[in-house]
Amino acid sequence: MIRIQNLTKYYGKRLAVDDISFNVDKGEIVGFLGPNAAGKTTTMRIITGYLMPTRGDVWVADYNMANNSLDGRRLIGYMPEIVPLYTDMTTRSYLDFVARLRGLDRKRTKSRIDEVVEICSLEEYIDVFLGKLSKGFRQRVGLAQAIIHDPEVLILDEPTIGIDPIQVAQTRRLIKELGKEHTILLSTHILPEASMICERVIIIHEGRIVAEDRIENLSTVVKGGNRIRLKVQGPAEKVTDRLRQINSIREVAYEKPFHIVEFPADQEPQAKITEAMVQSRWTLLSMESVEMSLEEIFLQLTTEEETGS
Amino acid sequence: MKNIGIISRKELKSYLSSPMAYVVTAVFLVLTGTFFATYLASTNYSDTSIRGFLGAGQILILLFAAVLTMRLIAEERKLGTWELLLTVPVRDTEIILGKFLGSLAVLTGMLVLTFYYPILLMVFGDPDLGPIITSYLGLFLLGCASLAIGIFASSLTSNQIVAAVVAGGILFTLWFLGIAGNFVPGALGEVLSYISLSHHFPDFIRGIVDTKAVVYYLSITALFLYMAIRSTETDRWR
Repeated sequence: MIRIQNLTKYYGKRLAVDDISFNVDKGEIVGFLGPNAAGKTTTMRIITGYLMPTRGDVWVADYNMANNSLDGRRLIGYMPEIVPLYTDMTTRSYLDFVARLRGLDRKRTKSRIDEVVEICSLEEYIDVFLGKLSKGFRQRVGLAQAIIHDPEVLILDEPTIGIDPIQVAQTRRLIKELGKEHTILLSTHILPEASMICERVIIIHEGRIVAEDRIENLSTVVKGGNRIRLKVQGPAEKVTDRLRQINSIREVAYEKPFHIVEFPADQEPQAKITEAMVQSRWTLLSMESVEMSLEEIFLQLTTEEETGS
Repeated sequence: MKNIGIISRKELKSYLSSPMAYVVTAVFLVLTGTFFATYLASTNYSDTSIRGFLGAGQILILLFAAVLTMRLIAEERKLGTWELLLTVPVRDTEIILGKFLGSLAVLTGMLVLTFYYPILLMVFGDPDLGPIITSYLGLFLLGCASLAIGIFASSLTSNQIVAAVVAGGILFTLWFLGIAGNFVPGALGEVLSYISLSHHFPDFIRGIVDTKAVVYYLSITALFLYMAIRSTETDRWR
């Protein structure tokens, strides 16, 4: 649905996006993850046709955004990081304005306004001036305008930034719901958010993609291995030594009261671990596989990036 | 075409819901009304024309066009709504033309409200209607050109005050070039006069519609609207 090829963007001499390529398939929810100023907003602005790339191509459906921007823009709903609200308009007149510009006729505009107002729970604020809305509701109006024309593709730039925790939870649920019928690319610098909403994440740092995979695979991508957490009743050091003797295990660490075992993705050392513990007459209290949290993955990727360059 | 209508209606609504258009119109009416009346009094009511109104009106139109247009694009930049407008399926040309027509509607409204000067003259005297009609045509054309210049200035910045100052600068320079043209001898003087906003106006007051003058004002309008469109496009290439 979205295809990005060798995209590069310079602002004057400053390199913002450095030769990135990725795809977002129809129906996917993809998280675009990275610290501030990583190039997320710039990439999204190029996808939506707001900015032209210095080099490279963006296709939305079959439309190249460089020379078929208008057709491409029709398919996109976009919520910029700074929610674009006219402070002198009410929620209703604003949504009406956007819907009409999006090409909806009068009748459909009316029915869609009712629908999105319900979806985004804006009923009470329909005739309130946008300048008087709180941050959370401004954010919701921003989302409402992005989905007013029921677009195939949704581009959401930091949709939960600056709103209170209860509203964050609501917004995330809403986005997940929307993901059932739309292709969504959303950017965030909040890692749990990405793991909660997205099926796949693309991690970008200093304008380059440093990792791209499904959430559940990412931990394997990073270390090239899996981890198991053990709780063993026995002398910690001896247990560590014994575990190290198992040849499918790459590394053992002791973090009281757990032993963390790392092994390559193609190995399954669980049986051997149980055997070894039984032989040594230690009791295995628990054994569970651990996924690396996105924070760890992220930290590892970005720090590796820095030491590498 | 439809998009131009949507944008111009939105702009007009936003003018009518803020105090600015009303203040501008009120001040315009007070000032032009004063000049209209004092001119009549100074001729002992023998010259039943709107010359008094025109004398003040032509300069005030420049000033108020700059004020009316200063927020049109600069404010969108400040609010972030520019990003919305540039990512909906609407051409840059349609955005600029929509904004132009929205502001033109307000300016036209202002001119229509001054119709009571000639109506007063018709009630109490027997004015020559020809020059009055051509004068209004002149004011309208001058207004178009001034608004286009204002929109161009607004497209350059995100600061309304800067936009107004730049617009005022361009407008008054173009206006006073005509006076400079009178003192510069030869071809250069003629060129300066021709590109001046003020040079073409007196014909309209005298009741003459010179094609050259009409073409001049329309060209200035088109030129600055075109530059505003190009300036919008440049935004995408930052």
